[in-house]
Amino acid sequence: MSADAGNKHAGAPVSARLGIWAFLATELLLFGGLFTAYTVFRISYPDLFHLQHLKLNRILGASNTVILLTSSLSMALAIAAIRQGQRKLMEIGVATTLFCGACFLGIKYLEWSEDFARGLFPRSNLFFGLYFVMTGLHGLHVILGMAVMVWLLIKGRQGVFSGDYNTPVEITGLYWHFVDIIWIYLFPLFYLVG
Amino acid sequence: MDHAPEATAGHHGSYLAEKTLRSWALTLDHKRIGVLYICTTLFFFLVGGVVALLLRLKLLTPGPALFSDHTYNVLFTIHGAIMIFLFVIPAIPSSLGNFFIPLMIGARDVVFPRLNLFSYWCFVAGIVVILGSLVSPMDTGWTFYTPYSEQTSAAVTVLSGGLFLVGLSSILTGLNFIVTIHTMRAPGMTWYRMPLFIWAMYATSVIQVLATPVIGITFILLAAERVLGIGFFDPAKGGDPLLFQHFFWFYSHPVVYVMILPAMGIISEVVPVFSRKPIFGYRAIAYSALAIAFIGFLVWGHHMFVSGMGTLAGIVFSFLTFFVAVPTGVKIFNWIATLYRGSISLDSPMLYALTFIFLFIIGGLTGLFLGSLATDVHVHDTYFLVAHFHYTMMGGTVMGLFAGLHYWFPKVTGRMLNEKLAKYAWGLILVGFNLTFFPMFILGMQGMPRRYAEYPAKYQGLNIVATVGSWVLALGVFLMFLNFIRSLRRGGLAPDNPWRGLTLEWSTSSPPPEENFAEIPTVSEWPYNYGEKPERRTEGKRER
Amino acid sequence: MPDVYPLTSGDATLIAHSVDGVFIFILAIASFFFLLTQGFLIYFALKYRRRKGIEQPTPYITGNTVLEIVWVIIPSLLLVAIFGYGMVVFLRMRTPIPGAMEVQVTASQFQWSFKYPDGRTALNELRLPVGKPVKLIMTSKDVIHGFFVPAYRQKQDVLPGRYTYLWFLPRQAGSFDLYCSQYCGTGHSIMRGKILVMPVADYQAWEEREEQKQKGAAASPVEKGEKLFQDSGCLGCHSIDGTPKVGPTLKGIFGSTVVLDNGKTLTADEEYLRESIVDPNAKIVKGYQPVMPTFKATLKDDDVAAIIAYLKTLK
Repeated sequence: MSADAGNKHAGAPVSARLGIWAFLATELLLFGGLFTAYTVFRISYPDLFHLQHLKLNRILGASNTVILLTSSLSMALAIAAIRQGQRKLMEIGVATTLFCGACFLGIKYLEWSEDFARGLFPRSNLFFGLYFVMTGLHGLHVILGMAVMVWLLIKGRQGVFSGDYNTPVEITGLYWHFVDIIWIYLFPLFYLVG
Repeated sequence: MDHAPEATAGHHGSYLAEKTLRSWALTLDHKRIGVLYICTTLFFFLVGGVVALLLRLKLLTPGPALFSDHTYNVLFTIHGAIMIFLFVIPAIPSSLGNFFIPLMIGARDVVFPRLNLFSYWCFVAGIVVILGSLVSPMDTGWTFYTPYSEQTSAAVTVLSGGLFLVGLSSILTGLNFIVTIHTMRAPGMTWYRMPLFIWAMYATSVIQVLATPVIGITFILLAAERVLGIGFFDPAKGGDPLLFQHFFWFYSHPVVYVMILPAMGIISEVVPVFSRKPIFGYRAIAYSALAIAFIGFLVWGHHMFVSGMGTLAGIVFSFLTFFVAVPTGVKIFNWIATLYRGSISLDSPMLYALTFIFLFIIGGLTGLFLGSLATDVHVHDTYFLVAHFHYTMMGGTVMGLFAGLHYWFPKVTGRMLNEKLAKYAWGLILVGFNLTFFPMFILGMQGMPRRYAEYPAKYQGLNIVATVGSWVLALGVFLMFLNFIRSLRRGGLAPDNPWRGLTLEWSTSSPPPEENFAEIPTVSEWPYNYGEKPERRTEGKRER
Repeated sequence: MPDVYPLTSGDATLIAHSVDGVFIFILAIASFFFLLTQGFLIYFALKYRRRKGIEQPTPYITGNTVLEIVWVIIPSLLLVAIFGYGMVVFLRMRTPIPGAMEVQVTASQFQWSFKYPDGRTALNELRLPVGKPVKLIMTSKDVIHGFFVPAYRQKQDVLPGRYTYLWFLPRQAGSFDLYCSQYCGTGHSIMRGKILVMPVADYQAWEEREEQKQKGAAASPVEKGEKLFQDSGCLGCHSIDGTPKVGPTLKGIFGSTVVLDNGKTLTADEEYLRESIVDPNAKIVKGYQPVMPTFKATLKDDDVAAIIAYLKTLK
């Protein structure tokens, strides 16, 4: 969305960066509402949260955390690479990130189907309501990020990006780190309730 | 649903030159997108207005009449939702903001034109979904309080989706404006040389970006409750209806500043131009816009003094609420001080601007009764609140919008309005408005609750006054629109700068060329150099 | 003050008087600023208006920091005063006097149900003795309602799944309107009741009569039905003199022919009347809204029978 200003204006990268930060501020408040709801209900029902969280698969949750952290690393590498004009390396970095994203979703799918099989649905209780809504919304963000990365790969193939023009890669990276950070919070809040 | 805006006398190269439908639907020109927003939002103003007339007509008599109570409840929901979400929120920022921000900061367009077009179509998509929900219209009021909104018509789910899209459009527009104002100002235009309308739009955009996502997630949760059966807001399932109210007002309070700040920005432009004096206290007005935006985020709880949220919370929110009054008072003071020793011409934009100040003072002062805990308990959820809200939103925002429409009509269309007709319309609107809404203050004090389809007969007298007032108001608005439509074709050709304003939009042609300025202007002064400056330069800083 | 014509109603309760004090205090400050700002606005707009379209030279004034600061500080101080006064009265309004009589209030779509300390219940009508503090402990069966007595300057939302409270000390005998102030659905505007404040002697006499009736229960079904009919608030929506209100009139209802909204007709027999009381929205009379609440939980079977017996007498 921020490529619009393109290379016509000298200030384009500034505007793109400002734009994505404003967008991330919006996103933060979107999730902020959910985190607030989580806090309110966890204070009201500490026992429910403790008992219910035991039903989640910690190992799968932990591996997803590792996977997303890896993907953030590969995304950072992709940005570093394209800044130096190394297109091939950038493509590898983005492709790795994409792969990690797919793995994350795959594991999430496994977890959800296991939950459904055991009769755990969003309506089961408030804990699972929050769990499904929050991880679901996060999952949507992952899918959105992956869609943008597919676009980056196509454009990258066409040789659009270079050491001088790499704004889309950079801001996609920022967005991806944000999605990653959200998960860093979601993981302990749902899988590691004290 | 937009009437394709009638073509005007724009000379070649005018942004209005191209006339195909496609050139409007897929335009990246901020001016055309602005015009699309103007037409869309004004259309919904009329729709919401007609619904309001029906509501007033029903209230002519206290008992069952005209249509059923359920229909009344549906209609006031439609009136509220349309007016708030499809008219007042986008009315100034998305329409006039889109048109004039780039022109006033000396830019060729907003920073992300494609995002701008996307915002507009996102808005339209939201409208389509909202209209779709009318298949089984809902009756929750525009506040959607749970758990009632979870039990009534399923349209709530659909409507949530539509409002989410409208909210997304609002966020993206705000984001676009923030970045535009940061990065696209003409050379020499420092922050303190920006017109105050730009300051107001900047503060507005910040609120849009930071508050709207919260209502977005609230609508997602509301829809999830109904579709998935979760119970975040439903006490029967362990949820908390007050949490919904907190979420709702965390957005819906700041958003009243999204509605009012741009109108205040317009007043800050119109008053100096028509007084031929520099704006009084430029920095105070600019800072007060930011202060209002900031404090606005901390006071949502004053909508919930009687909700059962707790005494202490009520005290804290009441205390914070009174601090919004300070920056608001600063603005009023500065506008009035600008008039002092001016050479005031009472043209229609100025008349509406003065009306704004007049009505907004009443709206603001009656807010004191609502901010104070002891008196709010009595007048909350009564017609007093309805009156206060309409004095600030209709008397404030809508009068500001009317001032802006009359002020900028020549620039947008290249035609002048009929001044005589404009003044007749203004007179009717002023009288009709007060006739409609002032009695509601008294009704509220006497205890008549809002959202009452039927009411005790003792309240009938003032209700009749209000209903008659609504007819006068409607006639005034009708004349105003008649003037707009008539002037599109028959109005005199507008000069580039009919009001001799010094902000940059007046330095280009009327209507502006597609690229706004033949050459990007360079700014060396602030835009309020009216009056006898000691070592005065001629007519400010027009560059062309 | 808020009640403009019955100025005296400000003395209806202990707190109403104080609220009116705050109201007048704010009104005085607001009036001062109203006159000040509107006065200058209109005076300047007229005095400095352009005559005959000739533009006069204007001075170049861009601001005045001292005035600006004065205009911030003085109103701020007044605002703090308004806040403080409002808070003090609000705290008194929210702090019940110990020993208040506790009445349970249950709101539901679209009626108020009261339960006295001795277990008696009443619908839409709360009788209280003058001069005794009362605390209402309120909850809702369905959605959010609002308990609002304008003459008492008191209002409190009533929520499902939790208790909220309200207290007051009536100082005047009389009948006071009770409204639902929080939108609760189709019948929101007819969800009204009365607070009847009686002199202590009258109240005690009434209370005794009630107890007699309860103990006695020997009254004939028609008498019992008439009393239940009145206590259940039926008259709020149904007349017995033939005029249509929110609901159809009940004059001569028994044995009459009823046209339903689906076009069918039927004769109003005992079973129809019973169903209309316990499941009112199963059959809707043409031209009316399905807004009547069920009385299934509040009326026992023989209560319903008694009401039907009474309805038969309405010729």
